[in-house]
Amino acid sequence: MLPGSSISVSLHINGRDHQLSVPACDTLLDVLRDTLGMTGTKKGCDMGACGACTVLADGRRIKSCLALAASYDGRSITTIEGIGTLNDLHQLQAAFIRHDALQCGYCTPGQILSGLALLDERPGNLEAIREGMSGNLCRCGAHPNIVAAIAEVAGL
Amino acid sequence: MSGPSFQYSRAANVHDALVQASRPGAAYLAGGTDLLQLWKAGAIAPAEVVDISSLSLDQVEFSDGQLSLGALARLSDVASHPDVKRHHPLIASAILASASGQIRNMATVGGNLLQRTRCAYFRTEGLACNKRIPGSGCGALRGENRQAALFGASTSCVATHASDLAVALAALGAEVEVLGAEGQRRLPLRDLYRLPAATPERDTNLTAGELVTRIHVPDASRFAARSTYLKVRDRASFEFAVVSVAAALHIENGRIVEAGLAAGGVAPLPWRLTRSEAALVGRAPGPQAIAAAAEIAVEHARPLAHNGFKVALLRNAVIRALQTIGGQP
Repeated sequence: MLPGSSISVSLHINGRDHQLSVPACDTLLDVLRDTLGMTGTKKGCDMGACGACTVLADGRRIKSCLALAASYDGRSITTIEGIGTLNDLHQLQAAFIRHDALQCGYCTPGQILSGLALLDERPGNLEAIREGMSGNLCRCGAHPNIVAAIAEVAGL
Repeated sequence: MSGPSFQYSRAANVHDALVQASRPGAAYLAGGTDLLQLWKAGAIAPAEVVDISSLSLDQVEFSDGQLSLGALARLSDVASHPDVKRHHPLIASAILASASGQIRNMATVGGNLLQRTRCAYFRTEGLACNKRIPGSGCGALRGENRQAALFGASTSCVATHASDLAVALAALGAEVEVLGAEGQRRLPLRDLYRLPAATPERDTNLTAGELVTRIHVPDASRFAARSTYLKVRDRASFEFAVVSVAAALHIENGRIVEAGLAAGGVAPLPWRLTRSEAALVGRAPGPQAIAAAAEIAVEHARPLAHNGFKVALLRNAVIRALQTIGGQP
């Protein structure tokens, strides 16, 4: 194999199979955005700090900027494109709108995916939601409303 | 932002991994959370990454009090494992104090222990750092060294080790099983790491291609009711420790029979406080014994210009941790 060579991977994204040949060094984030044109998943810091790139891998939230695409061969990936539709929002998306849980919206796809995974972990109180969402930063400062939206869906 | 291209290969089994990783410039890839960050920051430039993430080294096993953690077990799976929560709450709480939910789903036990020491100079291209470019000098020594080590540093490197899990494992006397071309060996966690001295580019005593396969934690049932992980940091979550303390006590008839104590954020490796442990044994867990142990913990601290506050912070963290677990059960 030569440096920069391509690796063939099979990714199951939002219910659809993709057979791809990806550069060995490409992250899952880059493959989603640049190879597949699925730009709903955002690139913020690209260093695992901001959480804008959060997706689910086999139902568990991960940072796609720190995931080598080749390493996720055969895995099921869920991105924001797989959550709700314009006419039929997921209840967490609807709660974000009700609670004004965003301003610029850039971090929102990551917040939604991270929040969905956190809901599966059944946070017991607001403190658990704040702690559980610490991997997602919102530079507009919508954190209190994000916590409120997740809390509403969690029934807290 | 990314480093130079690397080749990628996927190890089919452990033997395959050892063969592939013996090639020059090869690095193991497990969760990738440290490796990819360092690569993007230009701090490392592997010629090849050997993906071991699909090897079956992810089991968490508990029998007869002994805990065995596969090196590829994800941090989140270890922290939520019923036997870990019940019999090793110190390990579970140290992990839950680490990173974020997303990172804990990716990062592995082995990768966490082997994460490179943390220092802004190491992770910023263009600054002097002997770890990144041997011989280029240590920018932190006389520069921004608020996060720097109090113990075990050298004039070549003052970076600290950031693992919370390693601090808990050090307090519990864990051992590491490694596999290499020469076969298998088992070493105390302390011996996995090396102090920087004049060659800080090497963090561990692993030989080229050697693979951490399992972590063995001795029976800690005597500590289970009295253990705590105290992490002091600049923000409440998703932040490295400024100072942390893992503490475990075994108390019988009002006297301390055994103590496990280790500190994080203060040295290039998880810093076991063996002399403080010894000072506690045989004494009642009262204010005098606790104060003495805390004083001994900071005795040989060598602060730099901006990290002197860590001396008082460590002393007080030891006191608070021991107060937390030293009272009535």
